[in-house]
This record gives sequence, C-alpha cells and structure tokens, in this order.
Amino acid sequence: MSGDHAELPAAARARQLEARAIAAGLITDAELDQVLAEAYRAGSPASGARMVARAWTDPGYRERLLADGGAAAAELGLGPADYLLKAVENTALRHNLVVCTLCSCYPAYLLGPSPGWYKSFAYRSRAVREPREVLAEFGLRLPAETEIVVWDSSAEHRYLVVPARPAGTDGLGEDELAALVSRDGMIGTAAV
Amino acid sequence: MARFGVGARVRARAGDPDGHTRLPGYARGQQGEIVAENGRWPLPDEAVRGNPRPEPVYSVRFAARDLWGEGSHAVVVDLWESYLEEAR
Repeated sequence: MSGDHAELPAAARARQLEARAIAAGLITDAELDQVLAEAYRAGSPASGARMVARAWTDPGYRERLLADGGAAAAELGLGPADYLLKAVENTALRHNLVVCTLCSCYPAYLLGPSPGWYKSFAYRSRAVREPREVLAEFGLRLPAETEIVVWDSSAEHRYLVVPARPAGTDGLGEDELAALVSRDGMIGTAAV
Repeated sequence: MARFGVGARVRARAGDPDGHTRLPGYARGQQGEIVAENGRWPLPDEAVRGNPRPEPVYSVRFAARDLWGEGSHAVVVDLWESYLEEAR
C-alpha cells in the first residue's frame, strides 16, 4: 500500500501544499518534519489495545470506558485529545464499525496513523451503505443475526471499537490480551 | 439548553447549504432517533467563517432501510442541533 502512496493525486497535492506553505514562510521543512515525527511517536495501536485489555479484565474500567472514552484513556496516561472519544462495544448480538464519510477523522492517539484504506473513497462510501459486504471483503463474515452499527465520525467525535474478548483466553494476563488486539479490530474491520 | 432529548425522533434538514457543513448528504431529509447527547461543540458551518459558536451535538441513529431503501444495519452520525428539526 505504502509503495504506491507517493503516486496518488492526493500525495502530489500534499507536496504542493507543503511547498507553498514553506515558500510563504508559514512553516519550515524542519518544523514540518517535527510535527509529523511527533504525530507518529504519540500514537500507536498498542495504546488502544491496552485500553481494550483493561476493559476485558476490569469490569469497573469497562464501565468507565463506555461512559467516557477520553477519561478512560487519561486513566492510562493517554491523551488528552481535543475531541470526544466514544468507545463502542461488540457483543454476540452487535458489531460496530467506524468510518468517517466526510474525510478521515480517526483517534490517532490511540491507534496510530490511519491505514490508507480508511481514507479511501471506496471504504468511506461503502461502509455506511453495505457494511456486511465490506466486512466480508476484510475476511470478517458475521452471522446474519448480528446487528451492524456503523459510526460516522467527525473531527469532534471519534470512535474506538472494543472487540469481544476471544473465547479460550481466560488464563491470559492483561499484556498477553493486549497483544491479541489489532488496529483493525478497534476500527471494526476485524473481529479482534 | 439542549432542544432534543435521547429517544426523540428528528429529521435532518434537507437541501444543500452554500458553504462548509458536516451534515453528510446521505442523511439530509432523513428521519432518525437521538441516541446520545454529546455536549456543546462549535458549529463547523460558522466556525469555518471565524465564528466558533458552540451548540448541542447529538448522536442520531438512522436505519439503513430509510437511508438506502435496503439493509438491516444502522448508521449513527453526530449532528449539530442546527441540522435537525422535529420529525413530523
């Protein structure tokens, strides 16, 4: 995916925008690099996975996470973010899927940089219209009776999916559980 | 003071505004149910013009069947109060 990213029209536009901003004296090349480095350093899916594993093992934390995602992140030293973070929980009856149809809003401080497909026109337009088919293309085939709820994010309201804890993980500790949780699981395009 | 409460049936405004908005096209003119109140946030349509006026934002749940004429899923969108009116 990243191999052809530099050839996308959007990447060319971003390069032109960078060049214009630098030429106008709004920012320097070094400052731009620093902003990007900070963005990549601050966010990692390991952060979101820690929250999920804590919710699986601590019912009190799970309740606080579902009530106020931002506060629950702060409990683990994550954030703050300048937007509302909502955690939505998968159950046997309901599967949650996150999209941003208008742009690419995403809780990067908990999940790291968003994947290219999250920003693609195909995902953004199809996730709200035919999520069951989209999930099947990701390899996630849900039972017909499982309800799918799609959350359309905005800059001010972003979502973290709490996957259902896999069967057979009773003996695992929090760190081992966190290692099972994937970025896609927390977007909703994977089971865990 | 929030105009709508959880459980209220609302209708997203129809029509295409002149400038920036965060009301997705697919939700315009559609009816849904408020499932959460999210506090007050600057209305993007005005904030983009330099007037960051906060107003209530709600999570509104739409049935896929209403949006697309088919499908059994639901779509939840966070919508500013100015985007909504009471369902009739």
